[in-house]
Amino acid sequence: MFEAKNITVKIGAKKILDDVSLEIKAGEIVALLGANGAGKSTLLKSFCGDVKLKSGEIRVENRSLNEWNYHELARKRAVLSQHSNLSFPFTAQEVALLGRNPHIRGTESERDLEIVRAALETVEATHLAAQIFPTLSGGEQQRVHLARVLAQIWEKPENDARYLFLDEPTASLDLAHQHLTLQIARRFSQENTGVLVVLHDLNLAAQYADRICLMKHGKIYENGKPSKVLTATNVKKIFDFEVSILEHNGLPLIAPQAANYYK
Amino acid sequence: MRENSPIRLERKHPCLQVRIDEARTEMIPNTLKKQRISVLASLARASKDACTPILVILLFAVVFLSIAIGAVEISPLQSLAIAAQKIGIALPFNFTEQQQSVLLYIRLPRVILGLAVGAALAVSGAVLQSLFRNPLADPGLIGVSGGAALTVSITIVFGEIIGLSNVFKPYFLPFAAFFGGLTATIFIYRLGRSKNSSNVATMLLAGIAVNAFAVAGIGLMSFFATDTQLRNITFWNLGSIGSASWTNLTVAVPLILFSVVMLLRRARLLNVISLGEAEARHLGVNTERLKREIVFFVALAVGASVAVSGAIGFVGLIVPHLLRLTTGADHRFLLRNSALLGAILILTADILSRTVAAPAELPIGIVTALVGAPFFIWLLLRKNV
Repeated sequence: MFEAKNITVKIGAKKILDDVSLEIKAGEIVALLGANGAGKSTLLKSFCGDVKLKSGEIRVENRSLNEWNYHELARKRAVLSQHSNLSFPFTAQEVALLGRNPHIRGTESERDLEIVRAALETVEATHLAAQIFPTLSGGEQQRVHLARVLAQIWEKPENDARYLFLDEPTASLDLAHQHLTLQIARRFSQENTGVLVVLHDLNLAAQYADRICLMKHGKIYENGKPSKVLTATNVKKIFDFEVSILEHNGLPLIAPQAANYYK
Repeated sequence: MRENSPIRLERKHPCLQVRIDEARTEMIPNTLKKQRISVLASLARASKDACTPILVILLFAVVFLSIAIGAVEISPLQSLAIAAQKIGIALPFNFTEQQQSVLLYIRLPRVILGLAVGAALAVSGAVLQSLFRNPLADPGLIGVSGGAALTVSITIVFGEIIGLSNVFKPYFLPFAAFFGGLTATIFIYRLGRSKNSSNVATMLLAGIAVNAFAVAGIGLMSFFATDTQLRNITFWNLGSIGSASWTNLTVAVPLILFSVVMLLRRARLLNVISLGEAEARHLGVNTERLKREIVFFVALAVGASVAVSGAIGFVGLIVPHLLRLTTGADHRFLLRNSALLGAILILTADILSRTVAAPAELPIGIVTALVGAPFFIWLLLRKNV
């Protein structure tokens, strides 16, 4: 289990996160939603140890995050960042292979290459394998990065639990690949992986998340099952936008109210 | 074929389909597309594999050429015979006393120094580019060499005052250069990176600042210098491997060899850190330690090179670039091949510098700059940075 315990993050005098507590259990998908600047990415980065905490603590399987060494942690926890660029002509396959780093001693084995191929296939990027990464489109690059992250935690570690942190993984993807990404997250969660995902699409969150965490001004506003959290009142409060909540296949479907369209 | 695969069907109703069909992973691999890709990939792999042997052959050719060419000509067979005689084997090729001493005391140290300096500069360039995540980094351009040159000048001028005799100077200079290079690298690294992202402009500007400071400092040292010291500073500053002797090899070459080997051993980690520091940390790399090690070994390699050969620019910029174009970015190939191509380039430049204006000798730094500066401009135009 990953736990944030009363964490506060400040940049200058501004509180980006204000006394936030959240836990992510192995086997569940938690979606972080909120307006721009609500602190979603910062919360995700805090879980990954990328942000200096003003106060509070991140605990991973009952040990403080600081007590884990990078290598040990990297074998069970993978992170897909929002912006990662690469200025050198690695091939897509080489990029995905970097995900195997925590498992490789010396040179990669045939098993590592198999995993990389399978990961590329999972994100439908097999045909990109030999292409030069910086020449790929934004969405293609994002899928290759996803393959890298999947390859990192492809196999179950000793005690079974794995964790996946995805910061806006669907940002530059087309409709089909947005769903593919979350289907993959779903499949991993069914195999005892805890997933924390920052999303902007409320419907994607409603369909795939086990739990939704709404954030506002650096605090958690509401945290619970999609059907409970995604109400018209909450969405209005968080995003200052009128919506109607419909139902589709037993899940909430969020539609903007007609009055919001400029005609 | 792709249209009929289960993925397409599944995608038409993404809302209904939550589970991913396990069977799909077995469905795709047998497409024609994949086979074509594997052919392409194996071709790319073949050029990767062929690159190192080709470079080794070229390197041997340049080494023999470098030994053969000069005021006293020595054929490859003669040089083999001289080397064989040294270890007690007689080969049936005649050579003169003069050829023997020219080979052993002038050409051979020079070739060895060229090999070491070329490898050091090219590998350092490749490593710095990965560290800064910026293909324009070069030990000369960003001021590592400049920092080293400044401390060397200071040592040349003030060494005598503090009683550093000529016997110890060859041993002391590489360490002075190392200290200068290290300070410059740390300074530029701190300046040139703002919060996780590397900034091309800041890095190059920091390099300009460091170089300007170094030039001013070296100028100041020239002002204090005696006539002999001034000559030393000027010639050495233009870059030359002509001062090679067994004495200055014994310090510089082991230092260079050690640091280059240590950098080569970190090739895989350099691949990971190319993604960025945060990503590398997520992938289990202790980035703080890796950065310290890289900066230390680069400063050691460049410092030792600068101490014996002066500031030779652009090698660290050109070599990794040419190799990335042909064999890709994987540092496990890139660093190894950079060492070879860097050595080849320095020896070639040295042959040119000795022959173009013979019997006079051009400083090698001028030759590399004449080739390197236009290359740098071409890079800027091409990359549009």
